[in-house]
Amino acid sequence: MTSPTASGRKGETLSDELKRGLDAPICLTWELTYACNLACVHCLSSSGRRDPNELSTAEVMDLIDQFAALQVFYVNIGGGEPMIRPDFYDLIDHATSSGVGVKFSTNGSRIDAAGARRLAAMDYTDIQISIDGADAVTNDAVRGEGSFATATAAMDHLAEAGFGPFKISVVMTRQNIPQLDAFEALADRYGAELRLTRLRPAGRGADSWHELHPRPEQQVELYNWLIERPHVLTGDSFFHLNALGEQNLPGLNLCGAGRVVCLIDPVGDVYACPFVLHDEFKAGSVRDPGGFAAVWRASELFRSLREPQSAGACASCGQFDACQGGCMAAKFFTGLPLDGPDPECVSGHGEAALAGVAVGARPEPTSNHSKPSPVAFISKPRR
Amino acid sequence: MACAVSTEPPTGAQTHTTSSSPTSSSAILARRLRLHPRVAVRPEPFGALAYHYGNRRLNFLRSPDLVRLVNDLGNHPTVEAALVACEIAPSRWPAFSRALASLAASDFLETVEP
Repeated sequence: MTSPTASGRKGETLSDELKRGLDAPICLTWELTYACNLACVHCLSSSGRRDPNELSTAEVMDLIDQFAALQVFYVNIGGGEPMIRPDFYDLIDHATSSGVGVKFSTNGSRIDAAGARRLAAMDYTDIQISIDGADAVTNDAVRGEGSFATATAAMDHLAEAGFGPFKISVVMTRQNIPQLDAFEALADRYGAELRLTRLRPAGRGADSWHELHPRPEQQVELYNWLIERPHVLTGDSFFHLNALGEQNLPGLNLCGAGRVVCLIDPVGDVYACPFVLHDEFKAGSVRDPGGFAAVWRASELFRSLREPQSAGACASCGQFDACQGGCMAAKFFTGLPLDGPDPECVSGHGEAALAGVAVGARPEPTSNHSKPSPVAFISKPRR
Repeated sequence: MACAVSTEPPTGAQTHTTSSSPTSSSAILARRLRLHPRVAVRPEPFGALAYHYGNRRLNFLRSPDLVRLVNDLGNHPTVEAALVACEIAPSRWPAFSRALASLAASDFLETVEP
């Protein structure tokens, strides 16, 4: 229950105050490795191959000490597949024993019966198992053949080991929005929490977004479904849908990039949010003098993101207060100006804007760790 | 992954302000409370963030006076004594009482048994 309308000093909302930034992030995503056994077509970080320059174990441990000193209460760990790192359990142990809680996202491939028992015995560790379809056909089209069976096997192991309520994490697509109720049933079956997040056109998602992103009528369906289920977690990622109704989805309804949120990638580069792994949004590196705190507090990029942002072309739209102009990353990677409508603007302004994007105007990726084999969305599943 | 502040327990984040509103909860004044040992308070420009490692909830303490009071509660025999010691004007006690009651309800404060 967030209540940004409650008045703080001088009638400022909490949202206003958070937009000016915090002394340390509330929500810090940390991608441990670019290595991944899967090759999901929408991977935000274009993961696949390990980067030879990834943070060493000593650097990782030191970074955790920095988080503890900054009172970063918890980190959201991802990748790549974070459990591939040989020092994965060591760093989780170090974080949790330093007062830095860990939530990590995994495809489940490294959670066998023994792994599940080890995880169940750890204090203050949350697990999110990623699936992108409620059945193998829908899921595997995005995440690769066999990945649904792998994920559900991991869920079985966690349930058997008595891990407790883990999370099932789903990126919402055109193909899986018809399965909302099925995702809920799956989560209920495991006593798990359901977490739904927005598809971003970042990383390999830039190439698959046009085939995967929800249709306008599906956005309405999703909004209505979520309004009825405030317990479903969303990472606050659907605030662009708030313009669809009188009621806002639970959350603070703001872009937290560089203000309350950031991302650290496997080589220690710090980006404004998990969805903008691009040089334009790189604030610095944890390897720079001053470490992470200096980047968070003093980088030019983050300082500029904490300045009042112009509503630009959206200023004249009556819905701006509800949607806040949507997602910076979604605009950037589709070639739209950052002070204009979101490509999935529920009032339809995004489609018109997209039609005006010149060929070649979309930004080129500045890093790619995909495996050499081509990655393509399988729109017609093999029988 | 998140766009803003999502602590992502089912109930999400809560905000605590000391703004005035008609209801009051003066019963809390006589209680002896202290910060729950598993709660960490991190100073921020608007007040502080409080995080409960047990129930994994996040709270926004949106007043520096509230932050001072919460940190000092455990040193006093009653909430009222803490309010006096922190030099909070009595006209503001109802608002502070409500904020404390809400923090106690979400386990951020615990009762000290005599």
